[in-house]
Amino acid sequence: MTGKGKRDTRHVLLEVQNLHATVEGREILRGIDLTVRAGEVHAIMGPNGSGKSTLAQVLAGHPAYAVTAGQALYEGNDLLAMAPEARAREGVFLAFQYPVAIRGITNAYFLRSAVNALRKHRGEEELGPVEFMDALEEKLKVIGWDSSYLTRPVNEGFSGGEKKRNEILQLAVLDPKLAILDETDSGLDIDALKTVARTVDKLRRPDNATVLVTHYDRILTHIEPDVVHVLAGGRIVKSGGKELARELEEKGYDWLREEAVVA
Amino acid sequence: MSSGIEAQVLQPYKYGFVTDIESETVPPGLSEDVIRLISQKKGEPAWMLEWRLRAYRNWLKMPEPHWANVQYGPIDYQAISYYAAPKQRPKLDSLEQVDPKLLETFEKLGIPIEERKRLAGVAVDAVFDSVSVATTFREELKKHGVIFCAISEAIREYPELVQQYLGSVVPYNDNFFAALNSAVFTDGSFVFVPKGVRCPMELSTYFRINAESTGQFERTLIVADEGSYVSYLEGCSAPVRDENQLHAAVVELVALDRATIKYSTIQNWYPGDEAGRGGIYNFVTKRGACRGRGSKISWTQVETGSAITWKYPGCILQGDDSIGEFYSVAVTNHRQQADTGTKMIHMGKNTRSTIVSKGISAGRGQNTYRGLVKILKGAEQARNYSQCDSMLIGDRCGAHTFPYIDVRNSTAIMEHEASTSKIGEDQIFYAKQRGLSAEDAVSMIVNGFCKEVFKELPMEFAVEAQRLLGISLEGSVG
Repeated sequence: MTGKGKRDTRHVLLEVQNLHATVEGREILRGIDLTVRAGEVHAIMGPNGSGKSTLAQVLAGHPAYAVTAGQALYEGNDLLAMAPEARAREGVFLAFQYPVAIRGITNAYFLRSAVNALRKHRGEEELGPVEFMDALEEKLKVIGWDSSYLTRPVNEGFSGGEKKRNEILQLAVLDPKLAILDETDSGLDIDALKTVARTVDKLRRPDNATVLVTHYDRILTHIEPDVVHVLAGGRIVKSGGKELARELEEKGYDWLREEAVVA
Repeated sequence: MSSGIEAQVLQPYKYGFVTDIESETVPPGLSEDVIRLISQKKGEPAWMLEWRLRAYRNWLKMPEPHWANVQYGPIDYQAISYYAAPKQRPKLDSLEQVDPKLLETFEKLGIPIEERKRLAGVAVDAVFDSVSVATTFREELKKHGVIFCAISEAIREYPELVQQYLGSVVPYNDNFFAALNSAVFTDGSFVFVPKGVRCPMELSTYFRINAESTGQFERTLIVADEGSYVSYLEGCSAPVRDENQLHAAVVELVALDRATIKYSTIQNWYPGDEAGRGGIYNFVTKRGACRGRGSKISWTQVETGSAITWKYPGCILQGDDSIGEFYSVAVTNHRQQADTGTKMIHMGKNTRSTIVSKGISAGRGQNTYRGLVKILKGAEQARNYSQCDSMLIGDRCGAHTFPYIDVRNSTAIMEHEASTSKIGEDQIFYAKQRGLSAEDAVSMIVNGFCKEVFKELPMEFAVEAQRLLGISLEGSVG
């Protein structure tokens, strides 16, 4: 796939400027600037508590976070003014770090409801259960699942790894323009990690983009990022190519913190 | 928790209209004369009047019970009118003689009783205030030997059956409200399914309170003879009024050897307004007796209405190998209070009971599960499984659980599971992030919570139940 050799003319999907956000009055994001263009994969790395997950949640519109300054444009529109479901319908997808269980509702029903919410928004006809199952078959194969997962309640009784795979299944089925993966790689064994990485890689196209929020560079050996950002203290303190990820893995994050203070 | 989520749990009450129809109402007050008048209007035999009077005399000596976890001001039993009927009483054998306003009323409620509009496969007995106005599919049922009619009619037409079973499960002096009902009951349904007959359609009674300052005291009796099967459903609603109206019903079920009775309720009496003004006091005694070997009684209830609900549909498991089930969803929103649950009395050997209770509280609603599982000495190898789940929506509501367990036989196996959860922002957000509206998200979560109960309802009514909870039609279909 392409994705390398960025050109500034390429369509900007997401433009974040000076974004500040708080949770319960504590400021977590302190001025994030980030530009994601169509066709790109960005990795956002950083130590625990640096604000990585907050950034992901704020972009998706979690009500617990309050944006106090700055803006985020999605395809030129004010993303932060949109309701979470409106963002989703416009093609913003968040793979949750901690996927939520919904008792009594099957995975298939949940997925179909989501697909139909998006289809309805696009003015397309909603899919019935049978049509939907047909479309789902191949997506299931990609993540190495059989249909038994579809009749189980959403994430209920799923292992950590199964929950993450389920997020990737949803990603594959909903096929968003902007996918934000919040630590989808954590807690996965090597096989699951490869499956997840392969699926994400397959979905790469010139007209969509992925933001990978991760603590480790492990997944980046399977998905090659175009840009790597380091988040510390609520700001992006360094951006670079994929080699930055390697450097971080070797040196840890402390040297960056010092650099950030100096800067 | 945002109030938006709370608001979506219950749709505004849609059945609050009043039918403008001239009715004949007995002046408020209760006395032996009033009871004689009711009995006379119903054209009852002497034994029935005697029974009513015995109940009344007992009732006079009984104190109103106040052990339930509900609060309400004193009820003035002399301020209630105990009989209200639309004038021009229709003849039951001809729908053409039914006042079109009544037909229209039931149609508005989604219960069409006119021949051409009837629900396929469901026979309906429509009760308006104190009288049954129509019973559909009677001829069809008669071919199978199934009797389905108003209880007032059964008392006249099938006195020996009624006399044999009426009060045999809930005696006239069982409790305060049951005694009151026994004294003044006006209408309700009677069902008899003969030996070995599988009732070919769902039977359903729809109760409508319309008149002001009245109470509704219906009485239902269902008898399933050996090896028979019947599925019965009751629905109900009432106009929006500022006053509290009393509904004190009694339901008795009798299942003989290997007979099965499935009894479902969708209770949607007017719940009162947000401030707790008005609404029905739903004080009901429901009990089934599994009299024979391998008989089975299954209660399913979806309780969304009433200002106060006080009911404990129970099973007396007399026959060996008999089975009792109780599946319940109770919703309390605004100022509604519900104290509901079941009683499972194990007497026979190898008797089994299952209890699944789902309480949903929103607004300032108070929801109490109260259940008794009693295993008597002779009940060898009895088993009970109980599951009580509570869901809280918002932080001003309450959920309470009072499970009573009384085991007198050491071979019994008892399981009890309970959970309380709060509908979470995280769940809502998760669904929204996948493109669902907040409304659909809440519906989905509440529906998923209630699924184990909804799946027990007859198909036609599962849909109705979901709609009542503000849940989309597709909600339970996996």
